[in-house]
Amino acid sequence: MTITNILVCGIGGQGVMTATEILAEAALSLGYDVKKTEVAGMSQRGGVVTSHLRFGPQVLSPQIMPGDADLLVGFEAAEALRWSHMLRPGGVALVNLGRLVPPVVNIGLYEYPDDPIAQMRALGLEVHAFDASAMALELGNIRLGNTVMLGAMADRLTFPADVLLNAVLARFGARKPQLVDINRQAFERGRQAVAARVEEPANA
Amino acid sequence: MGASLPGSVVASRLFLSGNEAVALAVRDAGCRVAAAYPGTPSTEILEELAKYPELYAEWSVNEKVSLEVALGASMVGARAFCAMKHVGLNVASDALMTMTVTGTEGGLVIAVADDVGMSSSQNEQDSRYWGRFAHVPVYEPADAQEAYDMTRAAFALSEAHRCPVILRLTTRICHVKGRVQPREREAHEPAGFAKDARRWVMVPGNAKPRLPLMHQRDDALRAEAETSEWNTLYEGSDRRLGFVASGPAFMHVREAFPDAPVLKLGLSHPLPIERARQLATMADRVLVVEETEPLVETELRAAGIACFGKEVLPRIGELAPDVLRPAVAGMFGEPVPKAVHAALQAVFPRPPTMCVACPHLGIYYTLAQLRNINISGDIGCYSLGAGQPWNALDTCISMGASMGVALGMDKGRGEADAKKSVVAVIGDSTFLHMGMQGLLDIVWNRGNVTVLLLDNRAVGMTGGQENPGTGRDIHGEDAPRIDFARLCEALGVKKERIRVLDPYQLPVLFKALREETKIPEPSVIITDRPCVLIDHYEATQPYKVIADKCTGCGNCIDVGCPAIHVTRRATEVKPSGKEVELAFVRIETSACTGCGLCVQPCAPEAIVHAAPEHPVNFLHKNV
Ligand SMILES: Cc1ncc(C[n+]2csc(CCOP(=O)(O)OP(=O)(O)O)c2C)c(N)n1
Ligand code: SF4
Ligand code: SF4
Repeated sequence: MTITNILVCGIGGQGVMTATEILAEAALSLGYDVKKTEVAGMSQRGGVVTSHLRFGPQVLSPQIMPGDADLLVGFEAAEALRWSHMLRPGGVALVNLGRLVPPVVNIGLYEYPDDPIAQMRALGLEVHAFDASAMALELGNIRLGNTVMLGAMADRLTFPADVLLNAVLARFGARKPQLVDINRQAFERGRQAVAARVEEPANA
Repeated sequence: MGASLPGSVVASRLFLSGNEAVALAVRDAGCRVAAAYPGTPSTEILEELAKYPELYAEWSVNEKVSLEVALGASMVGARAFCAMKHVGLNVASDALMTMTVTGTEGGLVIAVADDVGMSSSQNEQDSRYWGRFAHVPVYEPADAQEAYDMTRAAFALSEAHRCPVILRLTTRICHVKGRVQPREREAHEPAGFAKDARRWVMVPGNAKPRLPLMHQRDDALRAEAETSEWNTLYEGSDRRLGFVASGPAFMHVREAFPDAPVLKLGLSHPLPIERARQLATMADRVLVVEETEPLVETELRAAGIACFGKEVLPRIGELAPDVLRPAVAGMFGEPVPKAVHAALQAVFPRPPTMCVACPHLGIYYTLAQLRNINISGDIGCYSLGAGQPWNALDTCISMGASMGVALGMDKGRGEADAKKSVVAVIGDSTFLHMGMQGLLDIVWNRGNVTVLLLDNRAVGMTGGQENPGTGRDIHGEDAPRIDFARLCEALGVKKERIRVLDPYQLPVLFKALREETKIPEPSVIITDRPCVLIDHYEATQPYKVIADKCTGCGNCIDVGCPAIHVTRRATEVKPSGKEVELAFVRIETSACTGCGLCVQPCAPEAIVHAAPEHPVNFLHKNV
């Protein structure tokens, strides 16, 4: 396949768009043609956000079609489940176990799925799940979840992990050098989280 | 492509959204005046333009004013630009329909962004109709690079034909980032205003002689479209089906059918009929792929070119490859390819909600408690009051409509609504956009309407832009600030019928609404607390729930703050034998801003101040 399709999903405010932007910068730095598109209906108000990233020699349509995503990156567990159908057969899902429960569930109109990850696995998908939100909080800031997720993707791309790490760090380098180190740590945590999972038995 | 564009290619390539690309092109074209009223998906164009010190940029009070500002600038010879979302052009259309008769001087480009797929709009509309209706040419870029190039070309075309030019964007152009190669900047000096009443004063005697000129211009543009480099024929090896496509649909067609012949329409109105005839000779059948209405299709048929269109393709939404492939398979009687991917999973919906501590929360909490009211709503974050848990907004039509609709509900009511009060809910920006004329109508015609004017010091829905009520201009600098109470008084609302209150004081709000709805005259309740997303919003000490004290009454949940989460549900049988549902809660302290709303309906005083748990609000914003 000449075009790589990465679908990042989550909820407004989680940093989905920033993460995809950083991925795009990494792909651009390698000279790829890149298109990135968002569907973010009123995303600032807690709505669903999906960000499509496509890169390769030449990208025409910016949209990833159902069944075409190589990588599905879920910033929230139920959102990953919602977008499962976007993965191609053999594609991989990287999912944050952190849950964001919306008001419609709180007031009892709907239920949050008991185990979204199990549901995804039951569909035959390869899923790597880890609690990026908890890792971010351990490092001192929930907003680092974004970098943890990027770290989780690092070894699943068609280019070396360092290219992505450099794109993450380049964001802060000049403006906020004090954040470089903590982001490097967050990136590494994400990377290890997926690596650790890969070694598990297949049916874990 | 792009050979006739002014300026040579500038070395560096950028990665820009369609909106950013348009803004850069406007700047590079030497545009002097740019005006807009915010509206998704077009908003970022003016936000970008405001960053360029070399041009004048403004948020206008509405789209009609923005277009008139651009026209005035064009009259004195300056290059001028305005941007709006699709429905904005409905508002601005009165100006458009006559400025097309006067024509323009300095190049004038109108970017109008259709929300194809309706990710955040009240309707779906095809703005290409305006090109036909107003006799103005329409460009349709297919990606960010074309958004840049066509914006530059549109200024030139506008000056060549002395008419406004529409740049038709869609969400899938505005919000898609791609690589953009900019070109050298042009300088453009306004020629000066040439007074000429026969040109600029559109009374019948002056306008009549200009109508034939407009039609001649149509002819010239039609000829130009036939040879335009923006209308391109792609030869294909598979001649079973040829496509006519424009905008993002062109990219989808190329993606799904890389070997098919395609006529790509870039300057899509006037339609290059001869080019289409040529395409028809290159393929056995022709399919027109246009978002969203069958305009091109209808015109091709009228010109005697057989084609398929909306009988096989949907008339709403985006025409992405997953829509095109089965439609084309169906045309050829081929089996529709079966999905190879996982089935769609049923997951709860996640509708947009109001923010934690939004100043509108208390309004809807209160409205939900009042019986016997019809609530005429408007467009803004407060439209969400129609949703859960409040269900306290009964209508939402177009910007400012809450006023006229309320008056009509009042005047039109019969026995069925005789005992109900009419309440209108409108935001500050919407009120200034188009609502205040409606209030004047209510006052003048002695309507019995209680208006809730929610002044949150921002255009919240579109991301917190400035308006004349915020006291700041597009650059965030101090500007004259309208006083809403005095404005309402000036419109004729009695001084004693105007109250300004704090929307976080639930009992005060409830009492005011009860009183004002009982008095059969126009009254206005203005709230004065800011949107939590604006930069100078100050959070205070957050709250938590003492689990032992929570009785599960659920009163705080009715506030609708997303920081309140249910931890456990139970059913209790009251001594009367009545079953009640209980919901015990916790507050996500890291999200709570300490607004104090949910504390007020909590009878057992289970909600108390907490120390911030994870000080997320106080750390760096963009980690
Ligand atoms: C004619 C038109 N122009 C622009 C918009 C986009 N739009 C939707 S709501 C809104 C303004 C909301 O601001 P305000 O009334 O202050 O309410 P808030 O969102 O702050 O609560 C805008 C600009 C629109 N829907 N229609
Ligand atoms: S953006 Fe402002 S007005 Fe809109 S929901 Fe959030 S706080 Fe309320
Ligand atoms: S005090 Fe209550 S209503 Fe206000 S922000 Fe905190 S949880 Fe939400």
